Amino acid sequence: MTDWLTPEEWRAVALSLRVSFWATLVSLPFGITVAYVLARYRFRGHQLLNGLVHLPLILPPVVTGYLLLLTFGRKGAVGAFLDQTFGLVFAFRWTGAALAAAVMAFPLMVRAIRMAIEAVDPRLEAAAGTLGASRPWVFVTVTLPLILPGIVAGAILAFAKAMGEFGATITFVGNIPGQTQTLPSAIYAYLQVPGGDAAAFRLVLAAIAIAMLALLLSEWVGRSVARRIAGA
Amino acid sequence: MTLDVRLRHAFAGFTLDIAFTAPAGVTALFGRSGSGKTTVINAVAGLLRPDAGRIASDGRVLFDSAGGIDVAVHRRRLGYVFQDARLFPHLTVRQNLLYGRWFAPRGPGETLERVLDLLGIEPLLARRPGALSGGERSRVAIGRALLSNPALLLMDEPMAALDEARKAEILPYLERLRDETQVPILFVSHALAEVARLATTLVVLEDGRVLRAGPAQDILSDPAAVPALGIREAGSVLAARLARHEADGLSRLETPAGPLWLPRVAADPGAVLRVRIAAQDVMLALTRPEGISALNILPATVTAVRLGEGPGAVVQLRAGADLLLARVTRRSAEAMGLAAGRPVFAVIKSVSVAQSDVGGSG
Repeated sequence: MTDWLTPEEWRAVALSLRVSFWATLVSLPFGITVAYVLARYRFRGHQLLNGLVHLPLILPPVVTGYLLLLTFGRKGAVGAFLDQTFGLVFAFRWTGAALAAAVMAFPLMVRAIRMAIEAVDPRLEAAAGTLGASRPWVFVTVTLPLILPGIVAGAILAFAKAMGEFGATITFVGNIPGQTQTLPSAIYAYLQVPGGDAAAFRLVLAAIAIAMLALLLSEWVGRSVARRIAGA
Repeated sequence: MTLDVRLRHAFAGFTLDIAFTAPAGVTALFGRSGSGKTTVINAVAGLLRPDAGRIASDGRVLFDSAGGIDVAVHRRRLGYVFQDARLFPHLTVRQNLLYGRWFAPRGPGETLERVLDLLGIEPLLARRPGALSGGERSRVAIGRALLSNPALLLMDEPMAALDEARKAEILPYLERLRDETQVPILFVSHALAEVARLATTLVVLEDGRVLRAGPAQDILSDPAAVPALGIREAGSVLAARLARHEADGLSRLETPAGPLWLPRVAADPGAVLRVRIAAQDVMLALTRPEGISALNILPATVTAVRLGEGPGAVVQLRAGADLLLARVTRRSAEAMGLAAGRPVFAVIKSVSVAQSDVGGSG
């Protein structure tokens, strides 16, 4: 069953899944917060925040990767601080790959959730307020359930983006088998060596299978959530 | 329980500057669209912060620009029934109804059982708002507001989105609400028939000002208020007791001034009713007319005459204990010598009183 991929190829697939999973999960609360702030508040610096969030989408991934290396590398300002205070190291670790994937996927996640929040009728939230619910409770009991399909869509989109992230990852954390060699990095590496085509092709099939599964899962989750909300 | 409202708020090209007191019972804010009714109710609810003013419910200050007080919406404990119901689409009817319960302070208030019974919504409990009709949605919205144990119920044209049949379905529930719960109600409407059926106190707004305020019966039967209420719609309310249903489809009602026959009234004999009689449906005669198709001829005395700017005049009559309004021409008023103290007969066609003009007593 497992022998259609070599152990090294499996490691790349497993690492990619782990990186994408954590990248999605950890960025979700931030994504929801930023989407809510962008959708519901107008303030000085709104455009700036919006621009910052979208930057990874328009910058060349290599540039994003390099900027991550500058800030989160061992010698970078944030990286050195995190290393000394929490012992958290990003450079050339799988955590760094997850950070790169999260940053690259963030704009897509925020966009999907923001659209869902903008579709929520603020009059429903006002109604909840008149019934005695404070702002945080309104969010938890009305806004959050209504934007659940958007959150699911945003999370799946972010997961897919994280699975495919290559440029920023390889620039930030390199291509170390078992450490930072994600699925795309592995495909790239195999294509660089003579006779690696077969291995690359097997990984391509694995990537397609994962993508299809994720898509089906998102359709199914999205439909069941939407059904629950629409009622009838 | 009283609600004191004084507020000023400037919009582009429109200033609201009003003050009124709402005693216990149903207080109707009546006025054309754009007169500022919804702004007032939103300010009371805390959804809009007025430029200046003071709002206090039973001495509890909710807003005071001078004192820097602005109680947050969720702490005001005012049940708000919105024009568009605003039920939560992701919750069942039961969950919608109990939503406010979560946040309401424990204490005496309406129970779910009583609200279900009052509004007739028990069969809907398991459904979602998407599967409800307009009238059902309105009733659930009213129940939801009631169950949040509010100190005051705010209603912004809760029936505006409904057709006549649905309105007729909701009105009796609102009457029961008025008569059977202790919660005072501030009610916004631009439909005089609704106001006449429900209101105990009336505040008439026009262009952001209070034109008239006082007991509903007094204003509805005041000739001077007719222009503000709308000349075609103005009319007063008679208290009557349903005596019996008769074989030919009419119902006989007793009023202090005499019997009144109306098309069959949906109530049981013995019920005390409020019958709205539009001023333009009342004819006047100096002697008791005979050989006339109109069934209702009530002896009355003229108490006031108000000549209009045009060819019309509004005559106020005392018929028994109640005041009636009649709209006649100036020419007739002069020819008949109508003046205070003059005895006349008020003639009312039975069929001119619609089913929706007859409501339960308040």
